[in-house]
Amino acid sequence: MKLDSKIPEGPLDKKWTNHKSNIRLVNPANKRNIDVIVIGTGLAGASASASLAEMGYNVKAFCFQDSPRRAHSIAAQGGINAAKNYQNDGDSVYRLFYDTVKGGDYRSREANVYRLAEVSTNIIDQCVAQGVPFARDYGGLLDNRSFGGVQVSRTFYAKGQTGQQLLLGAYSALSRQISKGKVKLYNRHEMVEIVKVDGKARGIIAKNLVTGELERHGAHAVVLASGGYGNVFFLSTNAMGSNGSAAWKAHRQGALFSNPCFTQIHPTCIPVSGTYQSKLTLMSESLRNDGRIWVPKEKEDAEAIRQGKLKPTDLPEEKRDYYLERRYPAFGNLVPRDVASRAAKERCDAGYGVNKTGQAVYLDFASAIQRYGKEEAAVQGLKNPSAQEITDLGKKVVASKYGNLFQMYEKITGDNPYQTPMMIFPAVHYTMGGLWVDYNLMTSVPGLFATGESNFSDHGANRLGASALMQGLADGYFVLPYTIGDYLADDIRTGPISTDSKEFEDAENEIVERTQKLMNAKGKHSVDEYHKKLGLIMWNECGMSRNAEGLKKAMKEIQELRADFWENVKIPGNINEYNPELDKAGRVADFLELGELMCKDALEREESAGGHFREEHQTEEGEAKRDDENYAFVSCWNYKGNPSDAELIKEDLVFENIELKTRSYK
Amino acid sequence: MNLTLKVWRQQNADSKGEMVTYKVSDITPDMSFLEMIDVLNEGILSGDIEDKQNYGPVAFDHDCREGICGMCSMYINGEPHGPGRAVTTCQLHMREFSDGETIYIEPWRAKAFPIIKDLVTDRSAFDRIIQAGGYVSVNTSGNTQDANALPIPKENADAAFDAATCIGCGACVAACKNSSAMLFTSAKVAQLSLLPQGEPEREKRVMDMVKQMDEEGFGNCTNTGACSVECPKEISLENIARMNREFLRANLTSSK
Repeated sequence: MKLDSKIPEGPLDKKWTNHKSNIRLVNPANKRNIDVIVIGTGLAGASASASLAEMGYNVKAFCFQDSPRRAHSIAAQGGINAAKNYQNDGDSVYRLFYDTVKGGDYRSREANVYRLAEVSTNIIDQCVAQGVPFARDYGGLLDNRSFGGVQVSRTFYAKGQTGQQLLLGAYSALSRQISKGKVKLYNRHEMVEIVKVDGKARGIIAKNLVTGELERHGAHAVVLASGGYGNVFFLSTNAMGSNGSAAWKAHRQGALFSNPCFTQIHPTCIPVSGTYQSKLTLMSESLRNDGRIWVPKEKEDAEAIRQGKLKPTDLPEEKRDYYLERRYPAFGNLVPRDVASRAAKERCDAGYGVNKTGQAVYLDFASAIQRYGKEEAAVQGLKNPSAQEITDLGKKVVASKYGNLFQMYEKITGDNPYQTPMMIFPAVHYTMGGLWVDYNLMTSVPGLFATGESNFSDHGANRLGASALMQGLADGYFVLPYTIGDYLADDIRTGPISTDSKEFEDAENEIVERTQKLMNAKGKHSVDEYHKKLGLIMWNECGMSRNAEGLKKAMKEIQELRADFWENVKIPGNINEYNPELDKAGRVADFLELGELMCKDALEREESAGGHFREEHQTEEGEAKRDDENYAFVSCWNYKGNPSDAELIKEDLVFENIELKTRSYK
Repeated sequence: MNLTLKVWRQQNADSKGEMVTYKVSDITPDMSFLEMIDVLNEGILSGDIEDKQNYGPVAFDHDCREGICGMCSMYINGEPHGPGRAVTTCQLHMREFSDGETIYIEPWRAKAFPIIKDLVTDRSAFDRIIQAGGYVSVNTSGNTQDANALPIPKENADAAFDAATCIGCGACVAACKNSSAMLFTSAKVAQLSLLPQGEPEREKRVMDMVKQMDEEGFGNCTNTGACSVECPKEISLENIARMNREFLRANLTSSK
C-alpha cells in the first residue's frame, strides 16, 4: 500500500489557504443530494455534523449515549488553546505550532499542526458567537491561563468546565440543525460495522441499543469522531462507555492505524483507592498554574506519612523536594504531561510516595493561597492584614479559579484540599495514536474520514494540555467541512446509496454471527473480569515505561486472554433487548485486539518519544532519548488478521520549518 | 458494610415493574454509589447474590462517573441523586451510608421521562426543548467577529456561566411534585438572555422553548424550590424568575 499524505506544496503558512482555494467544491444544489454519516457527538462530531448540515449536506449523527450532549468531551476541564495573543506575551500562530510540534516530541506532521494553530483563533470567535460563556476579566474581555509545556498564556477557559461549555455550544449548533431536519439524530445507537462498496465507505451497520436491532444506513461518506481508546487500560479518565470499537472496525476494514503506542498518561489524577474502582478522575492541568508538586526529601518522612504518623502540613519547607522545580527550572511545575508523569513515577519508585500504597505525590496550594491573599488584601486596601485574613482572602481567590475541582476532590477523597495538599498520581487520559489520515482527514479507506481524538494527526508522541479541545473543534468546524467536499465532488451524480446490496447483507450477517458467538460462550467470567485483566497487562507493560521483554510477554498474555474470552465469557440476557453487558463485551473484544497492536507498536519503536518511554533508550539523567535517524516516521499498521501479524508501513516525517532538537524543559 | 437494597426492576417500557430486594456485602466507604451497584451486578452475574426472579444485572445510565455528563439518574431513598447536596449519583460515596442500612433505589418518575428498563429512562424530551430554541442562530464561519470585539460585563458572563453549568440530568424534574422542567429550561433561557449574542432571538427563544416544554408533558412550576435543592450543579431559582420575566416581556412586546 502506498501512502499519500496529500500535504500541499508551498510555504508552510500558505499551505492551508492555497489548499482551500484549490480543492474541489460541491455546489449547494448538489449538497442536498449527498448524505454523510457522523459517528460520535463530542466536540469533533457535533461540530462536524452541525457545520456539514449548515452547508447543506444531509447528516445522520450517531451517539451511544442517551443524548449527544453527554459525549466525553463534556468532561474536559482546563481549557482550549488559541494563538490570539490577547495577553501580549509574544504568542503567535508560529509559536503555537512550534510548541505543539516540540511538545509532541517531533513525531507529528508540520503541515497539519500549522493548520491547527492557524484555525485556533477562529474557534474562539465561533464559540463566543454561539454564546459560550468563557471566563472574562473586569473589563469584559476574555481571560487566559497557562498550560504545560509553553511560556505564554493562550488558554481560554470556563472555570474547570471548559469542555462542557464548548460541547454545549457545539450541541446547540447541532440541535439547531436537528430542528431544521438537516441532521437526523440516532441516540442510543452504536456503530458496529463500516460497509464498503467498491472499496469505498458507503455506510454502516448500527445497533439500536434499546431494542438490540441492527439497522443499515447508507451514505456517500462516513466520518468517525468516535474518540480515543484509553479505556483499553480499564482504568482511565475516560467515560465508562468510551471505546475504540469504531476505529478498530475501520482498521479491520483496511484503515491504517497509526502510532497506537502513543498514549498520554496524565500526571494529576486522583490515585487508585481500591480494586473495585471503576474509573479515575482527573484533576485539571490548570491546577499546575498555582499548585506546587512535591514529595518529602527524606525517605523516613515519606514512610512516616504513609503510616499516618506525620502530616504533610507539618513538614517544613527545607524537608520538601519540589522535584519538578528542581529538575526543570525553566518550566517548573508546568512541564508537559509526559515529563511530569515520569518524574512522579521516578520519585514513587524510589520510595518517596505519600499515600498508603506509596503511589502518590502532593499537589500543594498553600503558597498560592498566601500569594493571592496578599494580592487581594492590597486590592481591598487592607492595612496590616492578619495571617488569618490573608489565608481567608487567598482561599477565596483559589476557590474562584478552581472551586469545582477542589469540591470534586473533596467529594471523592474526603480530604479538604484548602487545608491539606491534594494527593495525585498519573493515569491514562488520552491517546495520540489513532486512524491514519491524510491532510484532508481521510483514512486509507476512500470515503472514510477520522476527526478529533480518533485520528493520529496533530499531537505526535505527546499532546499538550488544552490542545485536544482545539483539535476536535478545528477538525469539525474548520477542516473537515472543507476537505470532505474534495472527495464528495465525485458523488454528485451517484444518487442515494441503497442498503439492499450484498455488501450490507454480508456485513449484517457477520455481526449477527459474531454476537451469537459471544452469547453462546456461556462461560463463567464477566466481561469486566477480562477487561480488568487486560488493563493490568497494559498498565504494567505498555504504560509509563516499556521494555522489549515486557512487551513481548504482554503480547503473549493478551493473545491467551483473548482466546479465553471468546471461550469463557459470560453474558446474561438476550440479543434483542437492552443489554449493556453484551454491548460492553463487543467493545472489550475489540480492546483485546487493539491492546496487542499497541504492544507491537511499542516494541517496534526502538526509541523513547513523548509518552512512549522505552527503558532501553534513555539518557543518563533518565530523560527520553529519541532516535531521529531511524524513527522519524509515523508507524501505520495494516490489518492482516491477528494483530501480531499486522504489516508496518512508514510515513516519513519531513521537517522543513523546525529544527529537530533534543526536547528540553530544563 | 453490609446493605439491603430495594431496587426497581422493570424488563422494558411495556412491562410492569416491582421493587426487588438484594443483599450486598463488603462495601467500603470509599466506593462511589455506582461502584456499589457494580458490585451488586457482578454478584448477580456470578450467582453470589441471589436474584430470585432472574432479572439479571440492574440496568442504569452512567458514563463519565465524575459528575459532568448528566447520564446517571436515580432516586436514592426518595431523593434524586441521594442524600448528598451538589452531587450526582456517581459522586455520592458510600461513606454517606452506614452498615446495615436499607437503601431504596428507583428510576426518575415523570410522565415525560418514560422508563426504558430498570433505572434507565428516556430523557430525550430535554433535547427537544433545546432543539426548540436553545441556541444562537450562527453558522460556522471563519469570519465571525473577533471574540474580544464585544466586551461582556464580568457579572453577566459569570451569571451566564452559572446557568450554563446545567448537566441536563433531570433531577429537577424528578424532585418536583409537578414534574416541572422549569429549572432546566430556564437555565438555558437565562444563559442566552444574559449575553449579547442571544439578544436577536430573545423573544422567540423563550416562547418556543416554553411551548415545547409544555408539549412534552412536564408540569407547571409552583415555586417549591425542590428542583434547585436537589440540583447537582446548584442551578439557582433566580433563573426561573428570569425566564418568567423573559416570557412576560416576550408576550407583551413580540410582534408575533
